[in-house]
Amino acid sequence: MSTKEWPLWEVFIRSKQGLNHKHVGSLRAPDAQLAIENARDVYTRRNEGVSIWVIPSSEIIASDPDDSDSLFEPAASKVYRHPTFYDVPDGISHM
Amino acid sequence: MNDNLYSYTLRIADDSLILGQRLSEWCGHGPVLEEDIALTNIALDLIGQATTLFEYAASVQNEGKTADDLAFLRYEHDYKNALLVEQPNGDFGQTMVRQWLFDTFRVLFYDALKHSSDTQLAAIAEKSLKETKYHCKHSSEWIIRLGDGTDESHTRTQAALDQLWRYSEELFFMDETDQAMIEAKVGVDLEALRPLWMERIQEVVREATLTIPTNNWKQQGGRLGKHTEHLGFLLADLQYMQRAYPGMEW
Repeated sequence: MSTKEWPLWEVFIRSKQGLNHKHVGSLRAPDAQLAIENARDVYTRRNEGVSIWVIPSSEIIASDPDDSDSLFEPAASKVYRHPTFYDVPDGISHM
Repeated sequence: MNDNLYSYTLRIADDSLILGQRLSEWCGHGPVLEEDIALTNIALDLIGQATTLFEYAASVQNEGKTADDLAFLRYEHDYKNALLVEQPNGDFGQTMVRQWLFDTFRVLFYDALKHSSDTQLAAIAEKSLKETKYHCKHSSEWIIRLGDGTDESHTRTQAALDQLWRYSEELFFMDETDQAMIEAKVGVDLEALRPLWMERIQEVVREATLTIPTNNWKQQGGRLGKHTEHLGFLLADLQYMQRAYPGMEW
């Protein structure tokens, strides 16, 4: 086995029509087409999905953990941003 | 018992069983984790096909035998698989060439068999065709990447093609069993599949920058139970548990 590793890919699976693709994990593959095939074999063999997205992990731009305080802390004290002050009518299930 | 239907079904079943067993030898030894899973998935698909086909063969035979009896308790010369599928795994290139030559044939075969007048065979073909198309895509993609890859992968894949090409002709072997099945509108005329197979093989060969061997010497015998020396060793592995502990289940 070569010591040079294939690039890493992030895998997103849509579990059924109408839902979003969700991140399920990552894998290695030499190119995009084989990344899709590998994702099919690794992540959908128990009927988990109807659609696959893969993107090179190197293309992901992530937030810096050191910025967590300034990015996320301020939201913690702003309860008024949650629409919890309304009465939800009966029969509305997805709120 | 319908002898021809029994033999015909058994030949298809044995191809699936023996290739499935061969591929399962890769379990835990794949070149990378992802490919290890892919190879064993395909192995399981093939063994699943074999199970349904053996169940049907056993019911056609009507001697009270089970699918397991047919899979595990026959002698070497009773297996009617093509010689190609019993060839050793070799390196990854050899495994993929063997797989691709077979998958390309199998897609065409199932596609034709799904129109069989035998409803059971037609149903098995229809169901198996979907996964077989994926197997074929997987192996074809690999042949292109290996052939048109590094010098090393090209050399190895060409060597595998040179080595295995002699067994490809047997996929189109036909005898009186086939003729009887074709007349009954049960079986597939393999001669009609040959040009289609060749066309698809040449397409991939071109893209993979490989060369089809010019040596036309062809080896056959598997369909009549005359095997290469490799099958006996494979069967020793496959049959060990049932021979050592007859009737065991787990």
